[in-house]
Amino acid sequence: MKTFRIGGVHPPENKLSEKQAIEVLPLPEVATIPLSQHLGVPAVPVVKKGDSVKTGQLIAKGEAFISANIHSSVTGTVTKIDDVVDTSGYRKKAIIIKVEEDQWEEGIDTSDNIIKECNLSPEEIVEKVNEKGIVGMGGATFPSHVKLQVPKGKKADFLLINGVECEPCLTSDHRLMLEKAEQMMVGISIQMRALRVEEAIIGIENNKPDAIKHLRKLAENYKGVSVEPLKIKYPQGAEKQLIKALVNREVPSGKLPIEVGCVVHNVGTSLAVYEAVQKNKPLIDRVVTVTGKDLKKPSNFMVRIGTPALQLIDAAGGLPPNTGKVVNGGPMMGKALNDLESPIAKGTSGIIVFSDDESERVPMQNCIRCAKCISVCPMGLEPFFLGLISDKQRYEECEGNHIMDCMECGSCQYVCPSGRPLLDQVRIGKLNVGKMIRERG
Amino acid sequence: MNEVVLYSVLSIGGLGTLAAIILYFVAQRFKVIEDPRIDLVEEKLPAANCGGCGYAGCRNFAEGIVKSGSLDGFSCPPGGSDMMKDIAEVMGLEAEEKDPMIAVVRCSGSKQEAPPKTRFQGLNTCAFAHSLYAGQSGCPYGCLGEGDCVVSCSFDAMYMDENTNLPVIIDDKCVACGACVKACPRSIIEIRKKGKKDRRIFVSCINKEKGGIAKKSCKVACIGCSKCLKECKFEAIVVENNLAYIDFDKCTLCRKCVPVCPTNAIQEVNFPPKKNRKKEEEKSTEN
Amino acid sequence: MSLLTVSGSPHFHADSSVRKIMYGVLISLIPATLVSFYYFGLGAIIVTLTAVVSCLIFEFLIQKYMIKGPITIWDGSAIITGVLLAFNVPSNLPLWMVVVGSFVAIGMGKMTFGGLGKNPFNPALVGRVFMLISFPVEMTTWPKPEPLTTQIADVVTGPTALAFASFSPESIPSYQDMFIGNMAGSLGEISALALILGGIYMLVKRIITWHIPVSFIASVFVFTGIVWLVDPSANMDPVFHIITGGIMLGAIYMATDMVTSPMAPKGMLIFGVGCGVLTVVIRLWGAYPEGVSFAILIMNAFVPLIDRGFKPKRFGEEVKNG
Repeated sequence: MKTFRIGGVHPPENKLSEKQAIEVLPLPEVATIPLSQHLGVPAVPVVKKGDSVKTGQLIAKGEAFISANIHSSVTGTVTKIDDVVDTSGYRKKAIIIKVEEDQWEEGIDTSDNIIKECNLSPEEIVEKVNEKGIVGMGGATFPSHVKLQVPKGKKADFLLINGVECEPCLTSDHRLMLEKAEQMMVGISIQMRALRVEEAIIGIENNKPDAIKHLRKLAENYKGVSVEPLKIKYPQGAEKQLIKALVNREVPSGKLPIEVGCVVHNVGTSLAVYEAVQKNKPLIDRVVTVTGKDLKKPSNFMVRIGTPALQLIDAAGGLPPNTGKVVNGGPMMGKALNDLESPIAKGTSGIIVFSDDESERVPMQNCIRCAKCISVCPMGLEPFFLGLISDKQRYEECEGNHIMDCMECGSCQYVCPSGRPLLDQVRIGKLNVGKMIRERG
Repeated sequence: MNEVVLYSVLSIGGLGTLAAIILYFVAQRFKVIEDPRIDLVEEKLPAANCGGCGYAGCRNFAEGIVKSGSLDGFSCPPGGSDMMKDIAEVMGLEAEEKDPMIAVVRCSGSKQEAPPKTRFQGLNTCAFAHSLYAGQSGCPYGCLGEGDCVVSCSFDAMYMDENTNLPVIIDDKCVACGACVKACPRSIIEIRKKGKKDRRIFVSCINKEKGGIAKKSCKVACIGCSKCLKECKFEAIVVENNLAYIDFDKCTLCRKCVPVCPTNAIQEVNFPPKKNRKKEEEKSTEN
Repeated sequence: MSLLTVSGSPHFHADSSVRKIMYGVLISLIPATLVSFYYFGLGAIIVTLTAVVSCLIFEFLIQKYMIKGPITIWDGSAIITGVLLAFNVPSNLPLWMVVVGSFVAIGMGKMTFGGLGKNPFNPALVGRVFMLISFPVEMTTWPKPEPLTTQIADVVTGPTALAFASFSPESIPSYQDMFIGNMAGSLGEISALALILGGIYMLVKRIITWHIPVSFIASVFVFTGIVWLVDPSANMDPVFHIITGGIMLGAIYMATDMVTSPMAPKGMLIFGVGCGVLTVVIRLWGAYPEGVSFAILIMNAFVPLIDRGFKPKRFGEEVKNG
């Protein structure tokens, strides 16, 4: 079975909500819609305090090239545009809307009919995706319209669809592949059209045999689309690793996937592209896995953007009394929440509730040079060494040892028997090296 | 036997002579002529290599002074003005009198005043904590309490107070080299005038958030109410971005601003405790 | 509810710890220990216990009274050092020498550098070499194996196979005996079979990788093979060389010590080959009949250099597409 070659780990999968069908979560009372839900420049609000907005209405415009539009996920009145605590506890601008009865913006098709026909030109597709504010749904939230345009002088050979979901615990992509496969397939063919590629490969890890079977059957009707089962290994969902696993091409250090003729999109993005292009629906909701060992009912919810995290946890059976940590995203790369009121954004793939003892880190000891971090690093770096020199503030040396290749997958810290905060140290190194590079200009 | 001794003496001696001659010519060829004053200036310097002057070390600082031929813009915080006078003598220049400075921690968000709302785990440096989250109290400007400043101090002039989880500067040891200012990822520490009789007044907060929000995370935050601004007759206080700042060059240490601050964000140091006692009495009677 | 914890990702941790690794190594040492108990009887048990207990005590004393830091004697590393030290000495060694060896191993070999993880040289080997140089006679007088003996003093002693090879090749035990461990020698080195079993256990448990043992043994085999082919009458064949002396013990347990070996696979291979070549050079042309300890210690000194020179292969370093 295919997989990437260097490094990788296999954490316990813990996919508790695997069998739970997607439920639609009721609307929140107040929706908090952050203006920076994507990688790049924050969007600029086009509504003001007191305006009433409809579901799907444009409320903030992404004006820079790498930015994305933001639409209202609810119907209601804008109560304020203010600083709100985001995932990391820092305050960022957000639009706060008091929710009233749901009323969709005109022109949006909310029916369940599947429209397969698409005759738009690639430029029109990109325009539509841009207009509807689609971003990468895997977690990196890179604006999709940028990724759907092939730069001049480059050619895309493959569209790779990421259905790997290599993060433990998360099941949102898995459920999407089972329940919205038909729509996703149309989305994939639209993306192929936009990129002018003949071949699309859907990579799915082998722990989702039902999804592989289901999509394989559907793929028979779509020309050029194939499904490739992959060996279970984290971080296979990382762009470079997925390309290596599926088509055996290695993206050079510091370059983008298009360099080797590949474009990677998440399955959730394909669905969003379908909805944007065929149904005129902007990105205002997404599937979020809510899970945790002590949670009464681990589930997958279809949630409007801007719903507070606490509402999801309540719907999944309430916050257990022994909660120690709540993580936004997967357990390997997610961010720990400072505040349970912080809203679901376009990139939130899961909310994971850890108990007290699970959230405790292992006590730190001396490095015993076991070399496990080296053997699991998917980028072939030396995490122990990078951590060491970053701690000593030898940032030039960090750069020379390719610290910027690190994608913060956390495999090194995950395996470290001495419980050393390797990724914490590497992050500081990356931060300072990044600063150094910017100063150099 | 004698022959062996002779030959070895001759060959080793010959080699030595040859090497000496080569070395002589090499030394002549690559001779570096240095101003002798550099060494003289360096002798006067404290040799702490703290970097407080902005140069990589004391030697570089000395070179800089000799090269420029004036003392403008050169200051050695640990040495102070006495030492600068000595250097001026060496250089044959006049030294201008400079006020002694000291580092000041502008955050009073102790565990009690700004109770923690989350628990931090991981690499125990402020740099990392700053990149990860806003801080335990939720104040994105406040002290993170991991002590990067204490680590950076090469004069043992700082320690972390375990009760408050804030750094404390020891007046007698601080030389105002500014290492802690650079080490703090939030720029909480400022180099200020030491003041007459070591008396200082400063706003112990750098939170630029609106009053209400700032108050939520910390009881002693500056809320930008401008009461102190109205009280000050010397225009020493500016309020910008919801934050008051006292200019230490203009401040006359009259202490009028201290009692009017509704959140006790303005701190006075080393003043006779008369007024303080009064205030405390008021507090205790209130309670 | 207590306060929410905030920390950087990852939020999972593998079920691994230093203690687990160390006790894994100890489990893998069981077969070799049992073989030594079987052939050398009570003497072996006493020497092993003495070494382990004194290592633990010295580590405790140093951590408690000199470093004044946390006490970590139960992380297993001191026990391993004790067992490996005992493996490297004859079973009739006076116990006070074992204690001195343990002190050198823990005190000089490990704690002076800052404890576990900081030592550049394998502590057990430091102790062993110290004893070899200080007490050469006692360290090279090996009792003959006598199953389940309880005699400690006045045992029948005899030379090791390697010593035989240099003066009377006809009295070398059969290869089968040597492989199982029925020969004179240090406690742990006699049975290649038991050591290989332990090595396989560690490989399966992923405590060690194959690189160092394989390159070590293979380079000894190849090098002695060449010498043997050049002059079969004066030299022993390569099979003899790899199953006698400390090669197996050294290659599987000493050279693979994580702390003192290189970290990248390429570096590990270089390290193994270096150990192998040095061992053979010392064996064939040096003053000592055995050279494994010296070879490994010498290569330990090169580890920082090897680590610097041989980095792991990076992703996206060479672009090969197709």
